[in-house]
Amino acid sequence: MLPLLRHARYVLSENPVTGLAFGLFAMFLLAAILGPVLAPYSPLQSNAAMTLKPPSAEHWFGTDQLGRDIFSRVLVATRLDLTIAFASVILAFMLGALSGVAAGYFGGWTDRVVGRLADTIMAFPLFVLAMGIVAALGNEVINIVIATAIINFPLYARVARAEANVRREAGFIEAARLSGNGEARVLLGHVLPNIMPIMMVQMSLTMGYAILNAAGLSFIGLGVRPPDAEWGIMVAEGANFIQSGEWWIALFPGAALMLAVFCFNLLGDGLRDIIDPRMRT
Amino acid sequence: MLKLLLSRLATAIPSIIGVIVVTFMLTRMLPGDPAAYFAGLAASPQAIAEVRTKLGLDKTLPEQFVAYIGELVHGNLGNSLSTGQPVVSEIATRLPASAELTLFALILAVGIAIPLGVLAAVKQGTWIDHLCRMITTAGVSLPVFFTGLLFAYVFYYLLQWAPAPTGRLDVFLSPPTDITGFYLIDSLLTGNLETFWGALRQLALPGISMAIFSLAPLARMTRGSMLAVLGSDFIRTARASGLAPRTVIFSYAFRNAVLPVITTLGMVFSFLLGANVLVETVFAWPGIGLYAVNALITSDYAPVQGFVLTMAVLYVALNLLIDFLYGLVDPRVRLG
Amino acid sequence: MTAVPALAVEDLSVEFRTRSGTVKVLERVAFEVDKGETVALVGESGSGKSVTAFAVMGILDAAGKVTSGRAMFGGCDLLALSEHDLAEQRGRELSMIFQNPRTALNPIRRVGQQIADVLVRHGGATRPDAPRAAVEMLKKVRIPDPERRAEAYPFELSGGMCQRIMIAIALACRPALLIADEPTTGLDVTTQAVIMDLIGELAHESGMATIFITHDLALAAEYCDRIVVMHAGHIVEMAPGLELFAHPRHPYSAKLLAATPGETASLAEMASIPGGLPDLRRPDLPPCRYSARCERRTDECVTKPLPHRAVGERHVVACWNPL
Repeated sequence: MLPLLRHARYVLSENPVTGLAFGLFAMFLLAAILGPVLAPYSPLQSNAAMTLKPPSAEHWFGTDQLGRDIFSRVLVATRLDLTIAFASVILAFMLGALSGVAAGYFGGWTDRVVGRLADTIMAFPLFVLAMGIVAALGNEVINIVIATAIINFPLYARVARAEANVRREAGFIEAARLSGNGEARVLLGHVLPNIMPIMMVQMSLTMGYAILNAAGLSFIGLGVRPPDAEWGIMVAEGANFIQSGEWWIALFPGAALMLAVFCFNLLGDGLRDIIDPRMRT
Repeated sequence: MLKLLLSRLATAIPSIIGVIVVTFMLTRMLPGDPAAYFAGLAASPQAIAEVRTKLGLDKTLPEQFVAYIGELVHGNLGNSLSTGQPVVSEIATRLPASAELTLFALILAVGIAIPLGVLAAVKQGTWIDHLCRMITTAGVSLPVFFTGLLFAYVFYYLLQWAPAPTGRLDVFLSPPTDITGFYLIDSLLTGNLETFWGALRQLALPGISMAIFSLAPLARMTRGSMLAVLGSDFIRTARASGLAPRTVIFSYAFRNAVLPVITTLGMVFSFLLGANVLVETVFAWPGIGLYAVNALITSDYAPVQGFVLTMAVLYVALNLLIDFLYGLVDPRVRLG
Repeated sequence: MTAVPALAVEDLSVEFRTRSGTVKVLERVAFEVDKGETVALVGESGSGKSVTAFAVMGILDAAGKVTSGRAMFGGCDLLALSEHDLAEQRGRELSMIFQNPRTALNPIRRVGQQIADVLVRHGGATRPDAPRAAVEMLKKVRIPDPERRAEAYPFELSGGMCQRIMIAIALACRPALLIADEPTTGLDVTTQAVIMDLIGELAHESGMATIFITHDLALAAEYCDRIVVMHAGHIVEMAPGLELFAHPRHPYSAKLLAATPGETASLAEMASIPGGLPDLRRPDLPPCRYSARCERRTDECVTKPLPHRAVGERHVVACWNPL
């Protein structure tokens, strides 16, 4: 653990941008957890007298067409956006890592089935498939999570499979097998924990993509419904007012989106440098 | 060459089968009653029952699947609830608009990303290299619908350089004679320069928004691949043989470096086809993406499925093309 | 022997910038190669043999820098030439071939085309004529069925054939000097001999000078006129091949000879050289970099600068206490 931390500090000193990413991540986490508490106004509270007001001292990000404070809505939306993204990444990881590890470890039929499944998913343009899945399963937030998880499944499966394949003949796996562990035990207890660092890198790298995906789906009206505060749907609402010059309604949620995705991408790059610099492009 | 084409076609077949199975599952294995989806939100139980028999939804799943294949073969993708028109003809009318937009964006993206990546690799450490790295890091974080909106705001509302995002042509111009369905090509072919410029002006903002989105992965891959190739043994031999720098960079390094970039095109197309939907929504571009989004809003189900199937088949065809292109450039695939 | 040498390296020093410091890879390397002569550059891995060649050719890694010295070739100093002028010389007047011939050739370009590229570049043939001239080169390096082979890609050819292609590329414009960097490593013994014979014959035909870099002393003795022994970036001994084998004067050369298979009666007699290469990043290296592992070390070795003593006909040794 200690050498890892030391290496982490070395990477951070070489690359201050990664430090920035960690800082941003902490900020978003704080916003997600404490958002509703820190928000100056209630995100749902409309105020007919204060509609479409530009940013000012009372309303840092201005107000929207219902007079709601945009800053509060953006802050509170952090929780929903991050939760959706986290949930879909974790679901994709669970499905993908388990099947990928099984495919790489056992080979044969398992490998072919998982491969065929991943290939079939990848035969679709991923966002279009997500649209189709949400349309089929129903216009609920949970289905956004499921759809995003499904389209990220092939990536995790592939990485897990490759890693498990490499470790199949490794010494410590042999040892685990010889000490009487059943195959499932070896898989879950030894192979899976061993590939966790690489999986973590994958997860943070795809967090950004998951956020974009969920926002895109809600931008076209899938999943989140008004009056819930979510960055994608806020940009969609703001889009109607761009042409009449009220730019702040769409800009701030969009900027928050960009910053969040940027943060997770940098984080993923930094984690990858810490864990395995050889993976660099 | 023919053998290459045939072998690539062979790998596309399982993909098509998979696509058909999945789209079937998306239409039939929904929670709830599929018939209710197709009959519409306001349908009475009687209407739903009629739809059920009409669409054969009361038969067993395997029978439905066979019927589904039969319908596809006949080009029947159902009818739109809101317009009553066959989905397949509505998609056919709108496809050229989406295709023109996507192609325009792709050519723009490739035209910028590849030279940028090559320059960044050749002149490592200079401002071009830093610019390239900034673009690739920022580019992957930009939500395409947000960039589109920003552009519309800055270039249309503020600067008034771009026309209103109201579709493929200004209301005062009429579309050129329909030869390919692509306004840019058709207007040039019929010598109609006014329409050409009009169409180009409308294409500019949505096209650039989409291009920026796909620029990042392409530039990153080009730069990385070029860097790797420039450090390889055969480039050292080329330099030791005194070959001109231009020959070394283009005939030797670039041709080898472009191989992973071609492979990346597959992923880029996946992004582009998805971004298509979002950009068409922002700019009210009359393509199949907007068609599907409108259908989603009105819970009109058949167009959405037709859209997913069409996009998927298009994507499989595009991947085929990419594989084939790769085989053309890399003789090891053709002959190995 | 007052004829101008084909290549005269004088006082060459090269440094490499690395994360852990500056490595003085070469220090004051000096040697000559006469026209038509074959000189071997031998030494352990890390002795600086390849770096010397790369420096002369001007293809050092970006982290490497020539800090002093000249390389007189054809009347001018290669190290002082601009990249543009140097590129004119490379491939035409001086050429290099490398180890791992398969990876040293462009994998997606036909081998005939690669030869033609060099011919066209240096004016050895016009563009329409180049394919035919390339086939002629293939014949010269004894590749069977040259017309068909010219259309092949490197992955379709064996390692030995790829090395012949490299030789063809290097000799296409009839250079005055060829540098061969371990050209037979990775090839089987029979092919090794064939390639070395080929290089020797072609060199003899055109009066070309050759520098042959290797760690295999036996190979060097068999094919080369003179041997230059390097250790840790220094030249420690230079002598005609037979003379070196009969009377090695530097302790390191003697140890190298003793470690060469073929020179000893049994495996047990083969001695390995004690110690390892010194850390070349240290600022406090002794003048003789072998002194740390040398049994004949004296005080002069660690204080006075390295001498160059003539101890016979074209036989120079850099040692205060030679054998």
